[in-house]
Amino acid sequence: MSLNKKLLLFAHIDEPGLTGIDVYKRAYDGYKAVEKTVGGKVAPNDVIDLVKASGLRGRGGAGFSTGMKWSFVPKDSPKPRYLVVNADESEPGTFKDRELMTKNPHQMIEGVILSSYAIKAHAAYIYIRGEFAFLLPALESAIAQAKAAGYLGTNILGSGFDLECHLHLGAGAYICGEETALLNSLEGQRGTPRLKPPFPAVEGLYACPTVVNNVETLCAVPPIVLNGADWYRQWGTEKSPGTKLFSVSGPVKKPGNYEVPLGLPLRALLEDYAGGLKDGYTLKAIIPGGSSVPALLPSQLDTPLDYESVAAAGSMVGSGGCVFVDDQVCMVDLALNVTKFYRHESCGKCTPCREGTHWMENILTQIENGEGTIEQIDELYGICDMILGKSFCALGDAAAMPVMSYIKLFRDEFEFHVREKRCQVNRRKAELAPFREAAAAASQV
Amino acid sequence: MGLNATKVGLDLVRLGRELAFTPEDQATVRQILARYPADRRASAIMPVLWLAQERFEFLSQEAIELTARSIDMPLHEVAAVASFYTMYHLEPVGKYVLQVCCTLSCSIMGAERVFAHMEQKLGIKAGETTPDGKFTLKKVECLASCGSAPMLQINERMFDENLDEAAVDRLLDGLK
Ligand SMILES: Cc1cc2nc3c(=O)[nH]c(=O)nc-3n(C[C@H](O)[C@H](O)[C@H](O)COP(=O)(O)O)c2cc1C
Ligand code: SF4
Ligand code: FES
Repeated sequence: MSLNKKLLLFAHIDEPGLTGIDVYKRAYDGYKAVEKTVGGKVAPNDVIDLVKASGLRGRGGAGFSTGMKWSFVPKDSPKPRYLVVNADESEPGTFKDRELMTKNPHQMIEGVILSSYAIKAHAAYIYIRGEFAFLLPALESAIAQAKAAGYLGTNILGSGFDLECHLHLGAGAYICGEETALLNSLEGQRGTPRLKPPFPAVEGLYACPTVVNNVETLCAVPPIVLNGADWYRQWGTEKSPGTKLFSVSGPVKKPGNYEVPLGLPLRALLEDYAGGLKDGYTLKAIIPGGSSVPALLPSQLDTPLDYESVAAAGSMVGSGGCVFVDDQVCMVDLALNVTKFYRHESCGKCTPCREGTHWMENILTQIENGEGTIEQIDELYGICDMILGKSFCALGDAAAMPVMSYIKLFRDEFEFHVREKRCQVNRRKAELAPFREAAAAASQV
Repeated sequence: MGLNATKVGLDLVRLGRELAFTPEDQATVRQILARYPADRRASAIMPVLWLAQERFEFLSQEAIELTARSIDMPLHEVAAVASFYTMYHLEPVGKYVLQVCCTLSCSIMGAERVFAHMEQKLGIKAGETTPDGKFTLKKVECLASCGSAPMLQINERMFDENLDEAAVDRLLDGLK
């Protein structure tokens, strides 16, 4: 089967000079959707209806209908409205938004203009994770180009619609990817989540109606608005229409971001796109949607990559960070790695997550060091179960879900650790052994 | 302002070396403030902290005070923000901050081996700075470069091309 790997977002992603507005306009029919809708004074509601009909779902992780989210913004509110772009991309395993912003910033900006127009926002903030500071000059210049061309600023294309677009740099905190923590951060506070409801669409930034969308979600908006809902639905499934970027990492021959029609079998992503595992490696597990999702087994490689099928298989499409794990990786070790991440990033606001992740790390460390007991494996599972669904924000779930799945799928490895007081396999530890020995030798002199 | 008397006294003693923004920086601060609604000055805390860190290398108490003063925000609010986010340096750091991702994909691909090599080469451990003030070595979390693991970020720049020990050696030896 020959795969068409040039779909929408990535159709011309490697076009030289694409960060410039002229190349973007030529390669992607850039800003035509803005000319058509804003310039053509299409009713904002019609834009919302079109995006709703396309079935586009949020690409930040939750997969919620984008058009639906926009329609929750109260029509009669006298308050200003805001669009906020979630460019905080920090879910381990995910690196798609970075490539979109690096190579094709105008597509995101065009998406910002269209969605702001649809919800009648006159200010948009792009919240970028601090580690992406190197992207700021290029994004600033893209915004300036869009403004000079009359797509941003006052009275855009003679429509009477005004929009300013600002960049706001984060400073290192995974929790700021959670939309309400992001809003607090943008308001100049510590990044801790807010209680929902009220949802941001009703009470978001500065207590005003706000839509928060992921970078990839917004990048999909211009082609949808230009070409229509049916056109977008030529890809994907009934419930998961369109295309999605998957970030492929782990020991595969060709790691990277791939745009695939939703519903593509996981096996095709691995073999036809990523070139399969590197020679000499054997597949043990697949983490299909970023570090927070449950793992899948090699026997599930025929799972279609759409929201429903991946859920039926026991995991989630999430952010599309697809990590292939080979059989020389210890799953207890991996659970500890992921748990350390969430324990460190827990904002500490609620007890189940703050205390729970702490205890998870303690127990996993003991099991990993060969000091654990069989009961502790169940205790660990029980702690995860106490966090799941009972924490203030979804970070708690993100910490609990992967570990629960590793225990369920690879319980033998956890038990082996307890019984034999060592890993069944562990490339990482084997590689570190010489350094440990050198350090031990040095400390004896 | 939730400051105790000793602290205010200390600040008075320090008045002689109170930090200041240059006129250009002051213009930048005004531009930053203009991005947010007039009654939402707190939104300028993060960008002005970034500016202060860029100017003064790390966020000393004086730099945090300057930030608060320049946007007319209470000091404790600015200090609370500065301490929440890991990229604000409250202590001096080396000229080059080496940030090696050791999360999920990078760990699978051998990042910790590369990190151990760097510890050995530089003679420092995670979180430490070399005595000459040149390098600070940090283990960090996913930098959205998982496909090019192992990788590292040096100050703002990403070096994400499947680094091995030899590549890291070349990279570090090339930094003056
Ligand atoms: C702990 C946590 C971290 C998150 N991190 C991100 C992120 O880095 N980027 C993102 O777009 N969404 C992230 N989300 C999801 C956002 O809360 C929100 O659902 C998303 O920005 C909505 O945009 P979308 O509908 O376009 O997907 C995170 C959620 C949680 C609970
Ligand atoms: S679940 Fe974790 S990150 Fe979310 S509010 Fe509670 S402590 Fe904070
Ligand atoms: S896991 Fe290291 S960059 Fe993402």
